[in-house]
Amino acid sequence: MGKISEAQQAFLRRAARHRRLVRLGRWWIFLLFLALWEGTARLGWLNDFIFSSPSRLAVSFGSMARDGSIFLHTGITLGETLVSFGLVTALSLLLALLFWRCRLAAEILEPYLVMLNSLPKSALAPVLIVWLGGNVRTIIVAAVSLAVFGSTLTLLTGFREVDEDKIKLIRSLGGGSRDIMAKVMIPHSIPLLVSTMKVNIGLCLVGVIIGEFLAARAGLGYLIIYGSQVFKMDYVILSIVILCACSAGLYRLIGLLEKRVS
Amino acid sequence: MEPVLELRRVGYAYHTLAGETEALRDISFSVQPGEFVSLVGPSGCGKSTLLSLICGLLRPERGEILIQGAQVGYMLQKDHLLEWRSVYRNAVLGLEMARQLTPEAEARVRRMLETYGLSGFADARPSELSGGRRQRAALIRTLALEPDLLLLDEPFSALDYQTRLEVGDDIGTILRKEGKTALLVTHDLAEAISLGSRVLVLSKRPAQVKAVVPVSFSAEEGGRRLSPLERRNAPEFSGYFQRIWKEVREDG
Ligand SMILES: Nc1ncnc2c1ncn2[C@@H]1O[C@H](COP(=O)(O)OP(=O)(O)OP(=O)(O)O)[C@@H](O)[C@H]1O
Ligand SMILES: [Mg+2]
Repeated sequence: MGKISEAQQAFLRRAARHRRLVRLGRWWIFLLFLALWEGTARLGWLNDFIFSSPSRLAVSFGSMARDGSIFLHTGITLGETLVSFGLVTALSLLLALLFWRCRLAAEILEPYLVMLNSLPKSALAPVLIVWLGGNVRTIIVAAVSLAVFGSTLTLLTGFREVDEDKIKLIRSLGGGSRDIMAKVMIPHSIPLLVSTMKVNIGLCLVGVIIGEFLAARAGLGYLIIYGSQVFKMDYVILSIVILCACSAGLYRLIGLLEKRVS
Repeated sequence: MEPVLELRRVGYAYHTLAGETEALRDISFSVQPGEFVSLVGPSGCGKSTLLSLICGLLRPERGEILIQGAQVGYMLQKDHLLEWRSVYRNAVLGLEMARQLTPEAEARVRRMLETYGLSGFADARPSELSGGRRQRAALIRTLALEPDLLLLDEPFSALDYQTRLEVGDDIGTILRKEGKTALLVTHDLAEAISLGSRVLVLSKRPAQVKAVVPVSFSAEEGGRRLSPLERRNAPEFSGYFQRIWKEVREDG
C-alpha cells in the first residue's frame, strides 16, 4: 500500500470516532439502566420484592453458582436448544430437498405445511405432554415443531429460485439430480441457509422455554415457573437475564459461522 | 465415412398451459467426423432447442437423432461459471461429476488453462475474469471431458467486437488443430463463414433447414488451413457472405 492521503486519514479518524461513540453509547445505556434500577429499588420507589434489583440478582446468582444449580439449569436449556436447532436444520434441509425433487408431493402438501407453520405451536404443548409425557422429548419436539415448517418452506422457496440454466449446465456435463443438489442447489443456498439458521436458533430457544414451562424438572424455563410459584422473583428475573445473554451468544455463534462461509 | 451425428426429420414443440410453440420441423442433416458446421438463423427460431435435443437434454417429439458412439460436449449460450468455485474448480466440474478427476486429467486441464492464457487465473473467482476469459474457461470446462462432438451455442456473443474476433480466431484455430467435430450456432454470418466448413441456414420458427452452403477456399486446396482471420480476407469470402445473407433475409 502506498501513502495514505490527508483526506483518507481524516475519514479513517472520523470512522474510528463513530465506532467508539457507538460502543460507548451502548455501555452507557447498560450502566444507566443498572444504576436506575438499583437506585430506585434502594430508595424504595420500586418494590424490590417484585422487581428485584441488580444487587439482589448478584446475591442469588452467587448462591446458585456456589451450589452449581444455575449452571445446571442454563446448561440444560442450552443443550436442549442446540439439539433441537440441529434437528431443525437437518430436517428442514432434508424435507426441502425431498420436496424439491418430488414436485407432485410438494404441491399436494404445500397447503398443509403452510397451515402447520402458521398454527400457534404453544397450543400443541399440552397435547404433546399427554402424548409424549413430561420429559425432555416433549420439550425438543415442541421446539422443533415451532421452527421446522417455516424453515422448510423458506429453503424450498430458495431452491426453486435456483437458475434453471445452472441445472441445465450440470445436466449438459452429464450430472444427475444428486450433482444438481451438491454442486448447485446447496452452495447457492448457503447464505439463505445461514439466515434461516439465525431465525431458527431464536425460535428453538422460544420452543424450549415453552416446553420447559410445562414439562420440565430443570432448565431456565422451569426456574421461571418455579420462581413465580414460590414468589421468588429473583429467580425469575435472573433466569430472564441469563436467557438474554444466551440468545445473544447463540446469535453471535451463527454470526461467526456466517463470516466463515462468506 | 460414418457420420458422427445424423438427424432424421426431427421435430419439437414446447408445451405450456398457454399453448404450444412449435420450434423445429422436419430437420434432417448429418455431420461427418472432423467437420465444423456453422448454424445460422433468425433469433428465436429454435437453434438452442436443436442443440439441447442433440445433447439429450430434450427428447425429440418426432424423428430421430443418431450419434455414433460419440461423447457430446455442450457449451451453453451463457458461461454459467459457478461463482463459489475457483476458475480451475469450474473447469474440472464435469470431470468431478464423472469421477474422472485423475492426476492425468488434472494435468490436462492445467495445460489447457495455459494454452488459453488462463494459467494465472486458476485460483481466481469467475467474477474476476473478463468476458473473453470467462468464455474460454467455459470452453475448457466443456473440452475437459474430451468430447468427440462439440456443440457451441453462440459462444462469442457476450463479447465486444474486438475480443470476439480475437477469441473466435483463437478458439477456432485450436479446435480445428485438434480435429474436433463441432456444431457452432451463431447469428454472425462472418463468424459462421470464417469458422465453418459448411453453413446451415435455418428458417424462422418453426425452424427448417433452408439452405446448406459448403464453404471452401482456393487457398486451402493444398491442404493448408487458413486461419479464421485469413478467411475473412480471402477473395471468396464476400461471395459466401452475400449468398448466406440473401438466404437469411428472404425469410422475413
Ligand atoms: N422452455 C420453453 N417453454 C416454452 N417455449 C420455449 C421454451 N424455450 C424456448 N421456447 C421458445 O421456443 C422458441 C425457440 O427457442 P430457442 O431458444 O431454441 O431459440 P434460439 O434460436 O436459440 O433463439 P436465440 O437466437 O435468441 O438464442 C422461441 O420462440 C422460444 O420462445
Ligand atoms: Mg439460443
